[in-house]
Amino acid sequence: HHKTDRYPLSQVEFARVKTPFIIGIWILSASIAKIGFHMTPKLHLIFPESCLLIVVGVVIGVVLYFCTDVAVSPLTPNTFFFYMLPPIILDAGYFMPNRLFFDNLGTILLMAVVGTIFNIATIGGSLYACGLCGMFGDESATPRLLDVFLFASLISAVDPVAVLAVFEEIHVNEILYIVVFGESLLNDAVTVVMYHMMEVYNEIGLPNINAQDIASGVGSFFVVALGGTAIGIIWGFLTGLVTRFTDHVRVIEPIFIFVMAYLAYLNAEIFHMSGILAITFCGITMKNYVESNISQKSHTTVKYALKMLSSSAETIIFMFLGVATVNNKHVWNTAFVVLTITFCSVFRVVGVIFLSAIANRFRLHKLSRVDQFVMSYGGLRGAVAFALVLLVDENVVKQKDMFVTTTIAVIYFTVFLQGITIKPLVEILNVKRAQKRKPTMNERIHERFMDHLMAGIEDIVGKTGNYNVRDKFKRFDNRFIRPLLIRDLKGAEPKIIETYSKLTMRDAMEVMRRNPSTI
Amino acid sequence: MGNKSSLFLRSEEIAQIQDETGFTPNQIERLYSRFTSLDRNDCGTLSREDLMRIPELAINPLCERIVHSFFAESTDDRVNFRQFMNVLAHFRPLRDNKQSKLNSREEKLKFAFKMYDLDDDGVISRDELLSILHMMVGANISQDQLISIAERTILEADLCCQGKISFEDFCKALDRTDVDTKMSIRFLN
Repeated sequence: HHKTDRYPLSQVEFARVKTPFIIGIWILSASIAKIGFHMTPKLHLIFPESCLLIVVGVVIGVVLYFCTDVAVSPLTPNTFFFYMLPPIILDAGYFMPNRLFFDNLGTILLMAVVGTIFNIATIGGSLYACGLCGMFGDESATPRLLDVFLFASLISAVDPVAVLAVFEEIHVNEILYIVVFGESLLNDAVTVVMYHMMEVYNEIGLPNINAQDIASGVGSFFVVALGGTAIGIIWGFLTGLVTRFTDHVRVIEPIFIFVMAYLAYLNAEIFHMSGILAITFCGITMKNYVESNISQKSHTTVKYALKMLSSSAETIIFMFLGVATVNNKHVWNTAFVVLTITFCSVFRVVGVIFLSAIANRFRLHKLSRVDQFVMSYGGLRGAVAFALVLLVDENVVKQKDMFVTTTIAVIYFTVFLQGITIKPLVEILNVKRAQKRKPTMNERIHERFMDHLMAGIEDIVGKTGNYNVRDKFKRFDNRFIRPLLIRDLKGAEPKIIETYSKLTMRDAMEVMRRNPSTI
Repeated sequence: MGNKSSLFLRSEEIAQIQDETGFTPNQIERLYSRFTSLDRNDCGTLSREDLMRIPELAINPLCERIVHSFFAESTDDRVNFRQFMNVLAHFRPLRDNKQSKLNSREEKLKFAFKMYDLDDDGVISRDELLSILHMMVGANISQDQLISIAERTILEADLCCQGKISFEDFCKALDRTDVDTKMSIRFLN
């Protein structure tokens, strides 16, 4: 019914810009909320940012709920997994303290793999047992065995977003930080596998599961974890290779880092492998090579762009979590909620104590009681669990709505109660704090010297340890990989040279600042 | 070979070494079997060549210095098991239940310092630092740049302005470093 009369002076056409406009409004309001907290005098000292963002989300959700009649839930699994999670994980992987991470890799893997499986088994088992006793009411409210384990596998995993959001603010010592944070990144492989496994088992049906299904379930864990890691590392090397040739087009350097890491993530997701592992390891790998190839300005751009992307993604996730809470599909089952929260906390503590005892047998630096406490207390659940529970098919799992409500309750419990109390607790328990530092020339050289010395001592004692393995890798890297991926090599110890140029640069700036007349 | 060799270690010797170094008897026996397997000529002592023959160690940039540090207290260029253990005792983690004077932070640092200080005059001179840098950084880097790095490093650490790094300066410069973690290994039981 197109009708042309005269040329219009102005027009209103919202439909055309609706989607990008609404996205823009979301990002704007989240960012303004963030500014707001940091301007308030006391609020941001008591509450972690994530709590306040959820509260704002809830307020917006309530307003939307009463103003419009459509169900508003911007946090869909697809937007979460494709657009909001990757920046956060890439930021984590790219700025990961590699040395620290690999030194503690054993403990991290133990906590991430064995710990998560332990949690899934115990939480699932206990919830099912409680269901059998009829504690959740009549039969319609009691989930079946596989449904319970599906729920347990998504609720057991510690969430990297929530952990980062809380731990970034409290600055615990680096070992504690890397263990909790590394666990939250690496447990994704277990979560993905267990989740898909339970989903597929659910479709097959409990009586029809045979030994082969179980065997491929176990096998798929290795495929998902190692496959994701391998994809990430390959893309990381490729990024290094591409940036070797960017010296004529400096302005597009950052784009390679973002796009190739993102492709690594999607590439892993194509094959149902762990995207989180892929993008983490892509970041870890590429950093080694990219940093020496790209210009200082590109490096600054990468740093700030990554920080900005990840912090806005994090902000939006927590706000959306709040918004998504307000809807009319909630099924509140007090027994189920309370028991889930109890089991999550209790088994987290039990698992940490048990696994630290094992880890301490092999660690040079033992995890103390206080460390163990912070580790179990830092086991926050977050948006990954929420996105996964939204993915559950309600035709297969009858209690989906109850699961969603319970997941939200657990997230609120961990983010609010644990998030707010962890800061004072860390102070009361006198947990060693991190000191931020840039290495001096002496530290750089002497520490590197000690590394070589220790590798030598390990060789003499005839023991294969951390130093030994790192030494082997470094040698291999220096001989075969670096010459291939790096434009101009700076000797076998690029870190020493790098520290040197940074320090001389700083001195030069200082001189200029003091004597502006010399310029 | 490992099991048989431990027979040669008498229990009073174990007790003595245990007393001096703080190793447990199990660790001592384990290290003794390693010691005998390094000792090609079965003469109860090690020579520099015995250690140099370890393939991984041979490609370590600091190989010579590390080997040399084992012979610091021997007069005839051979090291016996007790001396061997005394050197290794520096690398026991500090928090192990049994304290000994060999693995304190200061001893660990002193050990590292002595490896730099080749002429044993109590200070690290520019040339001593330079030769270590040369071993570690190696190829692809100009001598001039290494010299400026060494000079800058000395300038940064040297508190008494003598153009050299004394042991006090060395400790001060590594104040923030967790030496216990950096210079300890877990000896198997």
